[in-house]
Amino acid sequence: MSKVFKRIYTYNFLLPAAIVYTVVFIVPTVMSFFFSLTRWTLFDWTFIGLDNFKTFFQEPSLSIGFKNTLIYAAVTCAAKVVGGLLLGVFLTSKIRTKDYLRSVVFFPVLVSTIAVGIAFSMMMHPTTGLFNTALAHLGIEGPDWLGDTKLALLSVAAVDVWKGIGLATVIYIAGILAIPEEYSEALQIDGGSSWHKFWNITVPLSRPATNAVIILSFIGGLRSFDLIWAMTRGGPGFATDVIASIIYKQYQGGFYGLATAGNVILFLFVTAIVYPLSRYLTRNEVDL
Amino acid sequence: MSRGLRKFSVETIAVLASVVIFWVPLYFVLLTAMKSAPEASEMNLAWPSKIQLWQNIKNVVAFRDHMLLRAFWNSSALTILSLAAMVVVCSMAAFVMQRRNDKATPWISFFVLAGLIIPPAIVPTIWVLNEIHLFKTLIGLVLVEVALGFPFSVMLYRGFMAAIPREIDEAAVVDGYGGYRLFFTIIFPLLQPVTATIIVTQAVFIFNDFTNPLYFFPGAKNATVQLTLYNFTSQFVSQWNLLFTDILLITLPPLLLFVFFNKKIVAGMTTGSVKG
Repeated sequence: MSKVFKRIYTYNFLLPAAIVYTVVFIVPTVMSFFFSLTRWTLFDWTFIGLDNFKTFFQEPSLSIGFKNTLIYAAVTCAAKVVGGLLLGVFLTSKIRTKDYLRSVVFFPVLVSTIAVGIAFSMMMHPTTGLFNTALAHLGIEGPDWLGDTKLALLSVAAVDVWKGIGLATVIYIAGILAIPEEYSEALQIDGGSSWHKFWNITVPLSRPATNAVIILSFIGGLRSFDLIWAMTRGGPGFATDVIASIIYKQYQGGFYGLATAGNVILFLFVTAIVYPLSRYLTRNEVDL
Repeated sequence: MSRGLRKFSVETIAVLASVVIFWVPLYFVLLTAMKSAPEASEMNLAWPSKIQLWQNIKNVVAFRDHMLLRAFWNSSALTILSLAAMVVVCSMAAFVMQRRNDKATPWISFFVLAGLIIPPAIVPTIWVLNEIHLFKTLIGLVLVEVALGFPFSVMLYRGFMAAIPREIDEAAVVDGYGGYRLFFTIIFPLLQPVTATIIVTQAVFIFNDFTNPLYFFPGAKNATVQLTLYNFTSQFVSQWNLLFTDILLITLPPLLLFVFFNKKIVAGMTTGSVKG
């Protein structure tokens, strides 16, 4: 690059972004490694080594959070991949109502998560809620969706899927529309069925979309906080506590060092899973 | 069954399913917002004996010294300021990151993309904001929103900027333009389609954001609309109608945006999520 262009494309353009990003994102991230080793009141800290991490791993309520975070991320991610792919295929087929259906599926993405959480927790009320009244009409006694310790996490995950599947679907629609027509024409000449088309053309060739959906929803799932907090606040007991909700509880309790240790754990957890995952996924991507 | 009939029935089932899965919850919210408190607590889909939506709106707005109005003001200010800052700051950064090509560029890209994966370190951010006296201020929250939206917006801007030929830059340089004049009078106007996409999608995200205001903007005076909803849950335990009126009111702005910019939002979400 010539000197002139070095001057034209000056790093000064980067300066405002760099300052904001460094001050409120990078510096706190780096500092979190230090503060996670302290007992901390925001104004004053005592260095206590790895005690926060020990506390985190020893208390059963805190380690439940790990398991829940993983389950929640895996379940929502799997449902969004499968559901998004099927909806994507359906909404790119020749149906007349596709514009309407696309809008309807996408709309929940834009609604406030807290609003969705509150509305669904009311619909999931064990006796008077909409779900169980509907089931009662069919002669089925519905479960206590959010009060049952075995079910609560999955109920919240289901609402997460309801809210988020529109994004996965839209990504798949874009991915499927990018597949050249020739492939399915060739398949038609060879007499392949629509099942063959789905399995041998659509699925492998929408791999970039699948990768995007997996990465996005997995990161989202591992970090998720607001929906869980709006619906159950981690309860009943610790049945729906995830790392992010534990961080908030420790923060509320004034245990800033412990909350930050939770943050560091979440950071390591997300990076340890997402980095190799994305490397693996992109390596196996098929070129169109 | 003939092909046509089968197709017709599949479509009918799909539309019916969409009504049950997506319209019923929405209808339920609307219905509950129109009811009196005792009727709302029955949580059913029965039509209200008396429609009192307007009364509920007045009650929820007046609640706690018109907290909701202040919240709408805060949320609008937050959204507008964040968007203005984000558009300027991110487009400028993306310009250099896309055009320049030296040893530092991959590193800069790495740091920016890391922001998409790394969960923000919350308490240390509070500490930093506190040190620079911006904790519990709107400006502090704006900075947080800008920093968190930065990786996504830069990705969109860079992708789009790659399609703007460098010959334009060269011609401008020949005409004696400097970097700033080139960017602000020529490049930035050309970015208008992405800018619009970023504004619309990020507006929805920031307006709906709950976690960041919860941590970085505490205090009754500071509430954003999402926080009022959260605060009202504990206070309206016996007045679901008011809670749902609040839901209705704060869902309205994104809903309107969606109605007008449906295509734009969808395009933005997809280009942003599938890496270009």
